[in-house]
Amino acid sequence: MASSPETIRAQGEVAAWNPGQIWQPPSSAQRWIDRIFRRLCVAFAALTIALIALLVIEIGVKAVPAFREHGLGFLYGRTWDPNTAHYGILPEIWGTLYTSLLALFLGSAFGIAAAIFLSEAYLGEVVFKILKKFDLHFHPIWGKLPEQLELLLKNLIELLAAVPSVVYGLWGLFVVIPLIRPACNWLHAQFGWFPLFSTDLSGPGILPAVFVLSIMILPTITAISRNALVSVPPKLRMAAYGLGATRWETILGVLLPTASRGIFGGVVLAFGRALGETMALAMLVGNANRLTVSLFSPANTLAALLANSFPEAGAKEIPVLMYAALVLLAITLVVNMFGALVLERAAAKSEAK
Amino acid sequence: MSDGKPAPAKVPSNAGTLLHRAEEEAAKDPLAGVDFRELELNLYKPRTMFSIILSWIVAGMTLLALIPLFAVLCMLIWRGGRKLSLALFTQLPPAPLEQGGGFGNAILGTLVMVGLATLITVPLGVLTGVYLAQAGDSRLAAGVRFSAKVLTGFPSILAGVFAYGAIVLATGGYSAVAGGIALSILMLPTIILTSESAIAMVPAKMKEASIGLGATSTQTVLMVLLPTAMPGILTGVMLAVARAAGETAPLLFTALFSNYWLASNGHFDLMQPTASLAVLIYNFSGMPFQNQVELAWAAALVLVVLVLVTNLIGQSFSRQQVQQ
Repeated sequence: MASSPETIRAQGEVAAWNPGQIWQPPSSAQRWIDRIFRRLCVAFAALTIALIALLVIEIGVKAVPAFREHGLGFLYGRTWDPNTAHYGILPEIWGTLYTSLLALFLGSAFGIAAAIFLSEAYLGEVVFKILKKFDLHFHPIWGKLPEQLELLLKNLIELLAAVPSVVYGLWGLFVVIPLIRPACNWLHAQFGWFPLFSTDLSGPGILPAVFVLSIMILPTITAISRNALVSVPPKLRMAAYGLGATRWETILGVLLPTASRGIFGGVVLAFGRALGETMALAMLVGNANRLTVSLFSPANTLAALLANSFPEAGAKEIPVLMYAALVLLAITLVVNMFGALVLERAAAKSEAK
Repeated sequence: MSDGKPAPAKVPSNAGTLLHRAEEEAAKDPLAGVDFRELELNLYKPRTMFSIILSWIVAGMTLLALIPLFAVLCMLIWRGGRKLSLALFTQLPPAPLEQGGGFGNAILGTLVMVGLATLITVPLGVLTGVYLAQAGDSRLAAGVRFSAKVLTGFPSILAGVFAYGAIVLATGGYSAVAGGIALSILMLPTIILTSESAIAMVPAKMKEASIGLGATSTQTVLMVLLPTAMPGILTGVMLAVARAAGETAPLLFTALFSNYWLASNGHFDLMQPTASLAVLIYNFSGMPFQNQVELAWAAALVLVVLVLVTNLIGQSFSRQQVQQ
């Protein structure tokens, strides 16, 4: 290859910048640095696994004294009384599962609906039709509008997750509770015989907590479900349309079943989030040691118990709280591992196609 | 037929032109004769009616899901914006029943602890991401990836419990360091996973060219992969910072709270109980004093602006990556 003036100049520049070194094999110092850097990367990576082990061990070891003292009875005891040293977390376990499941129900319904709305690109379609009426749909600026609005909508839903949970708690405390209170008390007055409405809402309670919790897990469900729906091979949709299916016959009969594994994985992960969510619940659930199904009654969850009791706990109460933390850790680790596995399987399956 | 040749002479000329016109139209738009409104939007046929109703329901539910976001933002601007003034950023929190005051120490505390957590996690997370992107499918890599995914869902309060057990009990007091370490546990998985995917997205030919020139893996990573993947990595860091800045639960009993600046005897001191915006909101929202509640709203506004701006900066980095 004939060397053009430019290459000669480039070579000259390189040589001037680092004369005589650029074409040499790595020096022994460089090889040592390389070896150390690689080891460092491996060590840091291994540290991530070690971190999980460390978290479990640290909390587990600190919980041992309480485990010795209270045994498994701790899991189904119903009192929490530091004065007489009687501890039980059945109401908290129940409250955690109850609020999380209710929030999951609400969050999944809205989250999956939003995922369908996003993956079907309804908004873009409508905007495109409007632009077409004005003959602007291939306009260099206006023509990009449908795509940009779709992106904006997706980002807005993701922003729901960006608002800190303590801010949602504040909003729930001063806006949501006063807003829903009259309706809840009316329901209690009219249908008080129904177990879900058996108490009135006198302030913080399960329903406002569930409401805020479902908002917080919705973006997780939407993001993962949307991914699952978008990665359904387009030929399946085309085949369904070709057979004469309407849009919703396609969605319900083809798209959702094909994406179901991914959606399920997302729902499980969101459940994990809901179980471990702390601040919104600590502020809204009422912090009452009560075993109840009523939506309007105050209750407590494991995470809220930790948040409220830890700062003021005495030396004797700390191991008990560590025991409660261990229970929460066990529940969330199992749920999260299950969710991560489901999603991994779903990804492997869609790659196999 | 479709190439539009003139019709055979036997057919009357009139019919020929008609046929020709129909053909031309069909060639222009093969779906010209189909009435899509009738097919898709007919409310009298149960199948299409069902489809339309469900479409509207889904649209309505998406809209409803967005209402809380706007409601929160409106309330923050309305209730927090009224209180906003320069004094908020420079003064210390007021005692009960005292008027005025601010949360300068809480802003400083949040920045210090998030900065500390970032200093810990960025080297750890980015190098782990490098390892994951380079090692591919080895068993250790799969294990690390799985742990990182499990850690993303790790309850934030448990990070606080861990830091309490490991740092607060060991050092004998609540401190900014304990808070920073608790936050770093929550930041780590985000940084690992985003840097891995950012590095994996660097075109293979760049890496191969670098190795082909005789660079060691370290040189390849430091001079080719990391600079090219930088926007993606920065996105991950920004997202993690935004999340950490808003976290309350891990700080409740690691950094606790303080009504004073982060200092002892006039010297900057990281081993003190430290105020943070998030904990201030939590503490003040439960107080029966009007002034404190208003301060909580103002602090929430400041915190949300901080978090959203960090988020948007992160997203603008990721757009740069896409444009490359």
